[in-house]
Amino acid sequence: MLILVVRRLLGMLPVLLAVSLLTFLIASLLPGDLAFVILGDQATPENVAALRHDMGLDQPLWWRYLSWLGHVMQGDLGRSFRTGQTVLQAVGERFPVSLQLMLMAEFIGLLIGVPIAIACAARAGGAFDRFMTGSAFAMLSMPSFLVAILLIYLFAVELRWLPATGYVPFTEEPLANLRFFVLPALTLALAEWPGIMRVLRSDMIATLQEDYIALAKAKGLKPSRILFVHALKPSSLTLVTVTGINIGRLLGGTLIVESIFALPGIGRLLVGAIYTRDLIILQGVVLLVACGFVIVNFIVDMLYAVLDPRIRHGHA
Amino acid sequence: MSAPLLSIEDVTVELPTPRGNLRAVDHVDLSLAPGRTLGIVGESGCGKTMLSRAVLQLLPKKAKLSGRVMFGGQDLARLAPESLRRLRARELAVVFQDPMTSLNPVLTIGTQLMETIQEHLELDAPAARKRSIELLAAVGIPAPEHRLAQYPHQCSGGMRQRIAIAIALSCEPKLLIADEPTTALDVTIQAQILDLLAREQRRRHMAMIIITHDLGVVAGRADEVAVMYAGRVVERAPTQALFKRMHMPYTEALLAAIPKLETAPHTPLPAISGRPPDPTRPLRGCSFAPRCRYAAARCREAKPELKAAETSGHLYACFHPIQMAEGIGA
Repeated sequence: MLILVVRRLLGMLPVLLAVSLLTFLIASLLPGDLAFVILGDQATPENVAALRHDMGLDQPLWWRYLSWLGHVMQGDLGRSFRTGQTVLQAVGERFPVSLQLMLMAEFIGLLIGVPIAIACAARAGGAFDRFMTGSAFAMLSMPSFLVAILLIYLFAVELRWLPATGYVPFTEEPLANLRFFVLPALTLALAEWPGIMRVLRSDMIATLQEDYIALAKAKGLKPSRILFVHALKPSSLTLVTVTGINIGRLLGGTLIVESIFALPGIGRLLVGAIYTRDLIILQGVVLLVACGFVIVNFIVDMLYAVLDPRIRHGHA
Repeated sequence: MSAPLLSIEDVTVELPTPRGNLRAVDHVDLSLAPGRTLGIVGESGCGKTMLSRAVLQLLPKKAKLSGRVMFGGQDLARLAPESLRRLRARELAVVFQDPMTSLNPVLTIGTQLMETIQEHLELDAPAARKRSIELLAAVGIPAPEHRLAQYPHQCSGGMRQRIAIAIALSCEPKLLIADEPTTALDVTIQAQILDLLAREQRRRHMAMIIITHDLGVVAGRADEVAVMYAGRVVERAPTQALFKRMHMPYTEALLAAIPKLETAPHTPLPAISGRPPDPTRPLRGCSFAPRCRYAAARCREAKPELKAAETSGHLYACFHPIQMAEGIGA
């Protein structure tokens, strides 16, 4: 098990390096000189040249990459030239919002998707199964901005149960905070559950054909035990993968949902950085989000081993 | 003979397929007294496994079962699901063919044994654990305490089949169905597993159905043998009577297809030529006729019914029974 952990950790290193290189290149190769952006269109060539020298922009690309990487290794991702905030400060402020949104969305998504998947697989081909498979397909094809607007119309405008937009930190008003998050989390969850349901359903249907399920029936176990203990665990590997990818994706915030519901998360930070050409923030945030994604995938790998003893013992 | 524990009465199993209904089991009658052993023999696809699944009530959802499966005075096919569930393991248990796939790969051996015991016998966890260890020891697994925490993939095939047998025996069933219990195992392990089954059967006075394609497996172990072909029982007799004189050419051909030690090297095996008939298109005559070397015109026209031979309890379905066991011998 320890060997497995170490091997996977070592495998992450080249991925992270590649991610850092790509991030740097994207920010550096964007058209427009950073010095011009900072100084504005009134800048004299002398001022621009001086600033370029100060920022190291006159150095060759590989040198700039290595020096940036060196700073990153020491935990210094740079500082916004507009607000003076460091990347870590900016992300630290916004991350809890995106994290909470991700957790609530995944939780609701799994809460809807998993029971439906199990119920469908238990009676595959039945009326409920056909109805839910069709509904999942319909939900998959609805864009999130449409779902968001429909939810706002229903719950905020018509029923007036929940606020449409806004945010207060959980530490100040926990209940109000949760109320602000319900609609955006539900919007994301409605896009998540069809995927969750479809992969778990098809894996469960395959597992239920296995000999060991027939034996579990022959042993006279309760149907609930057969479904939840004998069938669910060996069927959940793809589910864990899909959930991991979803989590990784949502960790980086969601541009559309955060914008519609006015949540100050990572997604909004990124949009702002792009509009204001705040390249330092942009490349720092992209790097951090990518690292988060890699780490989530590492955790998913470890979860495989927890779920399947054959992976734990190096048989598969 | 005492009243039968199991009696299969006119059982037919049909499976819908895209090419029409497939009749896997065709009007089969069999019975088994408590403590006795029945061998069901036939080649792949002859319906023996479907018949066992019909008894176990583990048929695929779409399968249609007609006839009665009387077990301890109740028709299993018409039993409420909950009553059937309570009867499993305590009365009716099974060992499947492939121990590589019949144990759950993500649950420990201890869990898979103890869940059965705790479901049916009123034992707390420590008592169930103790019983599991005893069962594993009884089926010949060394260091059983240590095995409980292991997963199936950490055990060899023979070991897994012993574990599957321990699970089947865990609640002292009255009937054990062993569906090709040794087919997936090494030859050296096969005899050990069969001896283990026979020993535990005697100790626990349970009835057993051994399903196999190998007449050699049932020869010394079954009290009665039923030979199946194309979904039907084509010959049925007490084991000794069957091996003394087989009537049905198919039975003879099955026996001839077993490799023997005394034949010279490189002798081709007398395999049964051709293939079993398409079960979605039943033949008008005897279903073995196209492959039978004794077949005559009448065999292709009419289906022979099971009829009694001179020796008691011996039934066969053939118009031209073999006159003498021609030097094949058991």
